[in-house]
Amino acid sequence: MSKNYYDAADLRKFGKITEWSEELGNKFFEYYGKVFEEGALSAREKSLIALAVAHTEMCPYCIDAYTKDGLQRGITKEEMMEAVHVGAAIKSGASLVHGVQMMNKVNKLEM
Amino acid sequence: MATKSLKARNNDLANTQRQLEILSNGIFADGELPTFGAKIKETNQFPLRPKKLEILQINVGYMCNQVCAHCHVDAGPDRKEIMTRETMQQCLEVIKNTGAHTLDLTGGAPEMNPNFRWFVEEAAKAGIKDFIVRSNLTIIRANKKYHDLPEFFKKHNIHVVSSMPHWTRGKTDKQRGDGVFDKSIQALKDLNAVGYGMEGSSLKLDLVYNPSGAFLPGDQMALESDFKKALLEDFGIHFHNLFAITNLPISRFLDYLIASDNYEDYMYALVEAYNPAAVANVMCTNTLSVSWDGWLYDCDFNQMLNLKVDSKVKHISEYNEDILQNRNIIINQHCYGCTAGAGSSCQGTVA
Repeated sequence: MSKNYYDAADLRKFGKITEWSEELGNKFFEYYGKVFEEGALSAREKSLIALAVAHTEMCPYCIDAYTKDGLQRGITKEEMMEAVHVGAAIKSGASLVHGVQMMNKVNKLEM
Repeated sequence: MATKSLKARNNDLANTQRQLEILSNGIFADGELPTFGAKIKETNQFPLRPKKLEILQINVGYMCNQVCAHCHVDAGPDRKEIMTRETMQQCLEVIKNTGAHTLDLTGGAPEMNPNFRWFVEEAAKAGIKDFIVRSNLTIIRANKKYHDLPEFFKKHNIHVVSSMPHWTRGKTDKQRGDGVFDKSIQALKDLNAVGYGMEGSSLKLDLVYNPSGAFLPGDQMALESDFKKALLEDFGIHFHNLFAITNLPISRFLDYLIASDNYEDYMYALVEAYNPAAVANVMCTNTLSVSWDGWLYDCDFNQMLNLKVDSKVKHISEYNEDILQNRNIIINQHCYGCTAGAGSSCQGTVA
């Protein structure tokens, strides 16, 4: 077993999770595949959303997978970085908006 | 970016035997990944056999004005292998009698062969249905003597197939060399100006897309639509179809994969994307490849690995279609490149 918590080669083994629970594993991959199909959103748009979320979730496997997916679709570096910034902006905004809670609390506690 | 071929650099991988060793060792020797032969056996497609011959692909020389990072030919200005008029004469005899409907000229930059125009004129007389020239585009702008190529192509109703890795300058120049994008755009405008690639025009202009790195091509239709939109909006350029072609792990692309530590991941990606439906239509089943010195191969990739056809007829001088059709196609792990996803061939996807 690897001494690291994350191993890039583990991504290739993702499909093996079905071996310990075939029904749930298959249902997950079926759902996953369906989600990324062309729909009201294009597969290209979905790939960029996935890339942004991969970053906010800080999932190294997902970042590897959706960076490669983007390149395969001809998505440019500029588009990818903008998507990452969208994720980062929401993530930082989500932290910062809690500042209102802090302000509310200060205002309540201070005389 | 290197400006010389692997051969001129005396690189280890200029040796085809070395390339074949790499493709057979490591992850394929220790059973981590199945060999291509074992994989096609699973679906009873071994040995791979030719179907009806449709395309005769002739490589008229490895000389090129570009040194593209991914080139499977290891072409470049320093390559001196050029088809002679004598070998061309032998090819013409075959072209006159072949059952193939398509003649496909490639290189290097085929236009750099000093007998290129003579050969095209003679071959056109044979009345072949689809006559393709694979042009790298920049050759049209490289020197005054090539500026009239669009007119020349038009005169002989040549189907032009050109490489264009991306609709942005950065990605194109990184793969194909500085300044290639701007010259390619100008060349495409020159081709459009004489009628090539225009809607409804019988002067066919198709583009070839190769990924500019260690990843597989995306959906051909989606890429075509993105290319069309961007080239039209940004430059007013028209073309007919886009062929998405997978980079095969040989020659300069193999060198890049190893140097960038991407080789194993790339082979995994190819094997994972293996599609048995693509095997049925791989181009070696309907194509014969002829090298600059007249040897016969199952495809241009086998040519570059020096894997001559497994037939008693091995040279254009002794060409016999019936005997050649009755052969087994030579395979190795590089073949996974043609069977990944929707498959890949010189005419784009196959599945």
